[in-house]
Order: sequence, then structure tokens, then C-alpha cells
Amino acid sequence: MIEFGFALKQTRSEDLDKTSLERFHRLLELTPSFKRCFQCGNCSATCTARQFTDFSIRRVHTSFRRGEYDGLAEELRKCMLCGKCTLVCPRGVNLRSLIINMREILDEPQKTGKR
Amino acid sequence: MKIHVYPYNDFVIPFLIGCVLLFTICIFKYIKWIRRFSDEQRDVIRHNWFSWKIIPAVWEMIREGLFHVRILKKNILLGIMHQAYALGWFLLIVVGAIESRDAFHSLQREQNIATVYELEKQNGWYVRTTGEEKNPEYLNQRRYKVETEGGIARIEYKRPFYVGIFYRYFVHKAPASFRQHKLYSNLMDALLLYVFLGLTMAIVKIFWSKILGMRRTTRHTLVDRFSKFSLWMIFPLRLLAESVTACLYGNGGFLTQAVGNMFDPMIVRGLETSLWMFYSLMLGVFFVTMPFTRYMHIFTELLLIYFRKIGVKEGMQRSGYTYFELNACSRCGVCISGCPMDRVLENHEIQSVYLIRSLRNQEHGSRIKLIADNCLMCDRCTVDCPVGIDLGSLRRMTRDKGELDTTGNYRYLDKKQIPFNAIGRVVYFGGCMSHLTPGITESMERIFNAAGQRFWYMDKQSTICCGRPLQQQGFLRQAAELRQKNTDMIVKSGATMLVTSCPICYQSFMKEYSLDIPVMHHTEYIDMLIKQGRIKVRHDDRRVSYHDPCELGRGCGIYEEPREVLNAVTNLQKTRFQREKSVCCGFNLGNTKLSIEEQTAIRNASLENLTSKPVDAIVTACPMCKKAFLHATNDYPVRDIAEVVAENLIN
Ligand code: SF4
Ligand code: SF4
Ligand code: SF4
Ligand code: SF4
Repeated sequence: MIEFGFALKQTRSEDLDKTSLERFHRLLELTPSFKRCFQCGNCSATCTARQFTDFSIRRVHTSFRRGEYDGLAEELRKCMLCGKCTLVCPRGVNLRSLIINMREILDEPQKTGKR
Repeated sequence: MKIHVYPYNDFVIPFLIGCVLLFTICIFKYIKWIRRFSDEQRDVIRHNWFSWKIIPAVWEMIREGLFHVRILKKNILLGIMHQAYALGWFLLIVVGAIESRDAFHSLQREQNIATVYELEKQNGWYVRTTGEEKNPEYLNQRRYKVETEGGIARIEYKRPFYVGIFYRYFVHKAPASFRQHKLYSNLMDALLLYVFLGLTMAIVKIFWSKILGMRRTTRHTLVDRFSKFSLWMIFPLRLLAESVTACLYGNGGFLTQAVGNMFDPMIVRGLETSLWMFYSLMLGVFFVTMPFTRYMHIFTELLLIYFRKIGVKEGMQRSGYTYFELNACSRCGVCISGCPMDRVLENHEIQSVYLIRSLRNQEHGSRIKLIADNCLMCDRCTVDCPVGIDLGSLRRMTRDKGELDTTGNYRYLDKKQIPFNAIGRVVYFGGCMSHLTPGITESMERIFNAAGQRFWYMDKQSTICCGRPLQQQGFLRQAAELRQKNTDMIVKSGATMLVTSCPICYQSFMKEYSLDIPVMHHTEYIDMLIKQGRIKVRHDDRRVSYHDPCELGRGCGIYEEPREVLNAVTNLQKTRFQREKSVCCGFNLGNTKLSIEEQTAIRNASLENLTSKPVDAIVTACPMCKKAFLHATNDYPVRDIAEVVAENLIN
């Protein structure tokens, strides 16, 4: 492959051969309001934890949506569950439910063969 | 040298078996639970189990266990129903025991005047040779037990404890010297009638629960219904059996005799023992089912009151005390009617009565999780529950997150903690939500300044959450970490008082933290400033309605201070559901399961209550409630108390 030298970032495209969205769909079942998210980032903007650190709840749930789970469980333990994000979300996404459900799904033992 | 005479008939056997099983099972269970008390709870018991504290404990046992004053206050008819069962039955037992004791004393007295007996041993048995038992018709059935070596003996009447229960059968005719027998039999009939009054209301409740103040009653399981059936059958059978005996021997009171006189002695003679047998059987069935049904509450409630009154408290984890709480619930259903999940959202699954039942039946998995999680934690049921069960704690406990309840990833907080020197000042803790309602925090700053109070606005830049939202969802360790961080900061600052604007934080500081300094919600603080004359306010001519936030009112019992403040600055209107009855704004952080649409529906119900009378503004004392109402209405300004006061400050 020719290296052009300007790829600062790793490619972010979803490779559906490798990625299973099964967990994401389960998350949607548990927190249906997440379907409405349009990724505006209001949740991150108001986030209490974000006042202190670069934790971004929007980045976390977007990664989850894309099937990239590495380090998410760690990240989610930064959240204080204060509920500001839920209150400001213009799309009525129940973020507190989303956060708890993401944690629960990530905590389940991973099925073999699926990422 | 005695001949013991025992009143006995085979029909007492089901009753006796029932009693033995009931008490064995209960004692077995109680010992099991007591052994599970946590160390703290044991300490409390060891200190207080026999102290002056048992006086209020006994008083409450009588008041709530027998008279059911709390239910009476809620609804007089419902109260009478519960009271008739409890007090009526209790008195039937007590008066029955006294009556039989008096009767047997008379019996014995009369017998003592009479002859002694000569006994002779014939073929290994003692046989009476001289003397006649006086008035043998007094006692209906008897067993003899001879305890002598021959020669002279006296008759001694034995009174096993069941005699009081089956008194009319055993004592067919009152002994001549038992003069008050008429009084007793009438009294017993009156008591039976009293129990029937309760029974009638219970039947009315099935068809028309509204007049007993219940919008909806509990859905019972099959075992519960079976047990209830046996309970309901006990008293009609008793009436029938006593009436038949009264018909045959004329020993009834005003009720049983009147009923008895309607029967034909020739026909009912053969039925008498069978009826008493059925009565005894129903008692037996009820007693055996009792420990496995809701009726376990009868004794457990008394023990719970005792433990609570001597100072035992529910902890974070399940303990022996939890089992007492679970079993003290009578499934009366009083907690259903007020629940906004039921009233507004028509969700009839999650109410505390069902949570407790599922916990008692040791249900696991998704069903109990759904019940436990889908609740606003508004505490309406907790204040309604006549048994005083700590329903909030029970639910919190059930939200146990198991493996997921790990430590947080809060290293980032360490770097940012700036120790601040606030010696002698007031710490002001706005809380996360107040950052979304800057009007509240700005007003508080103005009020502090107007009062000349030096203060440290601890979370002006960034808040460390108080931990309660995590606590409510069962993330106990993470919550404890946040509490530790906040405590460290407050203690290091050297401040002398903490004022917070958020009732959620307030409840957390009051109940979950152990700070050495006084903690006040801003409504209390402002009330104090006004009363001490440290701020001057004017009275405007607006009419406002006040919304009691769940966490402040029911949670911490702060009802008066906000009203005093509002009366000082504006015209407070009463609403239909206020104080303990206030309707949750729907956005309580206790729930993570409700969709925004459902939350909105509850909020609208709450708003409807606040605007049922003409008002110029809606006032509340919680940033969360304020935000909830703000989204809902453009017709009414929504204000926090702090804002109303700040608007009316006279500099
Ligand atoms: S605020 Fe709501 S819509 Fe916007 S990114 Fe966050 S969850 Fe999505
Ligand atoms: S609940 Fe968590 S993600 Fe949402 S604002 Fe609070 S700290 Fe941030
Ligand atoms: S929790 Fe309290 S109010 Fe509810 S059914 Fe049980 S005893 Fe009655
Ligand atoms: S806390 Fe409120 S929502 Fe939950 S069961 Fe009790 S009354 Fe219903």
C-alpha cells in the first residue's frame, strides 16, 4: 500500500465484516430513545465530569454505536450519573438509562467469534 | 389427691395443630432473621432492648397494631375495617379467656363446697365410689385424669387455653355463682358484631373501594386469597356454631341467642359438633397458611415496630431487619393509590406492595429488576404506608448492581481539587442541576451578599456530584467515592455551615454524609435569615402555588420553611395535593426507565394540580422540578423560592 504520509488519523470506517452490531441493537431495545440521537454533542457540552477531564459521553455512545468497545467500560466509570446530559438532550434521549445499559452490556462475558 | 377434669372434644385438634405449626414456624423464622441482623443493628439492640425506649415502642404497637390510627387518619372507613379485624379479634380472644377463667373459678368454688370422692382401685383403674359431682351439666365434654394413690380425692377443673375459643360449647350452663355471665355473653356477641362490621367493609371494598379511599386495591395471589377465604369464614362459622349451641342450651348473648332461636332444636342437634369442627378447621387452616401469606404481618408488624422504636435502622445491604420489613407488609394496598406510576401512567406492576411481594417470594432476574428500576423514588408510598416500612431503602437495595458496582474511574478529580480556606464561612453547594438554572445560584449569591454573609461557592466552576444519583441506582461504591471527595473538600475548607440549593444533594448531605457542620437547604436558610432580620423583604401581590419537591418534602420533611418564606414575600395559594401528597414532577433522578413522554405525562399531572386555582406564578425549591415545569408551560412563570426572595429584597 502506498503511504502518502498525510493520514494523521486511523481510518474510522466501519468494517461490517469484523464488527458485529448485535450489542448496539440490544442497547436500542433497552433504551429505545437512543434511536433519536443525532449526535449534536449537547450531552458532552453540559457534562459534569467533562468539566474536569476530557471524558465525552457523546464519543462513548458514538463508539458503542460503531461497535468499537475498547476502553469504553473504563470511560463510563468516569460518569457520575448526575443526569444533566439527559436533561439537556434536545432529542429526549434517556442518557442515564443508556449509560447504565451500556455498562451492563459491556460487562457481559463476550461471546466468542464476535467482537 | 385430685381428679383433673379436662373439657375436651375432638374438634379442638385442627385448632391445636394450627397453633403449634404457626408458632413453630414463626419462631423459627424470627430466630433466623434475628441472626441475620448486621453488627450495627445488633449493637443497637444490645444497648436498647430493655430501656425506656420500649415505652414508646409498646405504645405504638398498641396504637398501630390494634387501633390502626394511621389508617384511620387516612380514611375512616378503611381504618374501621382494619381496626375491627385487629382489635375485635384480639378482644374476642382476651375477653373469652377472662370469661372462661371466671366461669371456671366459679365452677371450682362450687365444687369445693361439695363432696370429696372416695376412690377405689378396680382392675387397675380408679373408680369413684362415693360422692356425686355437683352440677355435671355445666361442662359439656370432659376427660378425666386421676392423679392419686387411692383413697380421698378432689375434683379439679382444668382450663386448657383453647377453652376461651370454644367457650360456649364447653360451658353449656353458667355456674350459679358466676353472676356476670350474661354481661360476658353479650359483650362477646358485641365483639363478634364488631368483627362482622370489618368483614362487611372488606366486602364493600371489593366492589366499591373508592369509598374506603382506595382508587385501586392489591391484586392478590392464589394462596393469599385462599388464606383470606379461611379468615373470612372463621367468624360466620363461629356465629353459626355458637347460635346452634345457644338454641340447644340457651347460653347465648343477644346476637347468638336471637339467631339460635330461629333454629329448630330437633334439626340442629346433630349439627352442633360438626359446626364447631368447621370453625376449628378454619382456624387451623388460617393459622397454617399464615406464615406463608400476607397475614404473616400480624405478628411481624409488632416486632418491626419494636425494633424500629428502639432505634434499629435499615442499612445499605439486606439484613435481618429487611426480612422483618418485608414480612410486616400486609399488602393493604394503601401505597398504590397515591403512586404517580399508577395514577398517571397506569402501570400497575411496580408499586411497593408488589416489590415487597416479589422480594418475599425471592423472585430473581428481569422481572424483579423491572419492578425495582421503574419507580420515581418519589417516596409517596413511604409516607403513605401505615406500617412505616422504609420502602425507599428496600427499593434501593434491590437495585443492587452486583459485579457492576465497582469503584469509579475518578482519578481525574484529584488533580482538580483546590483546597480553599473558608474558615468561618458558609459553604454554598449549588449542585449539578443548579448549573442549568443559573437564576437560582445567582439569586442565592445576591441573598448571601444582602445578608452580609461571607460564603464560599464551592462548585461555582465545576461540581463533584453529591453521589445520590449513583446511590439511587445501586452504584454504592462509586457513590461513596464521590461523597469522600466532597467531604474532604468541605472539611479542609474549615467552613461552619453548608447550604445547598438542590434537594437531592440536601438529602444526600443529611442522610448519606456524616458531616460535623449543620446542613441547610436554601429554603431553611432563607427562612432563618428573614426571621433573624438579616435580610429585609417586601411583600408583593402575586398569587403563587408551591410545589413540594419529593426529596425536600417527603424526603427530608421540610414543609414549613418554604411556606413561611413564601408567606413573607408573596401570597401562597393552597393546592389539592400538597405537602406529603405533592405529585412528583416526573423528572426525579430515581428513575432511569421512563421515556421522556412518560415523564412529561407525570409532569403535566403535577402541573395541573399547581394551576387548578388561578395563580400568577409557580414556585418550587428544586432545580430539577423547576426545569421540568419550565419546559411545560409558557402561561406561568416558574420560579425557585430563592429567585422570588431575591426579586423582593429591600437593600
Ligand atoms: S444530546 Fe442527545 S441527541 Fe445530542 S448527542 Fe447527546 S444524546 Fe445525542
Ligand atoms: S450523567 Fe454522566 S455523562 Fe451525563 S452529565 Fe452527568 S456525568 Fe456527564
Ligand atoms: S407497603 Fe405498606 S402501604 Fe404498601 S401494601 Fe405494604 S403495608 Fe400496605
Ligand atoms: S416511590 Fe413513588 S413512583 Fe415509586 S412506587 Fe412509591 S409512589 Fe410509586
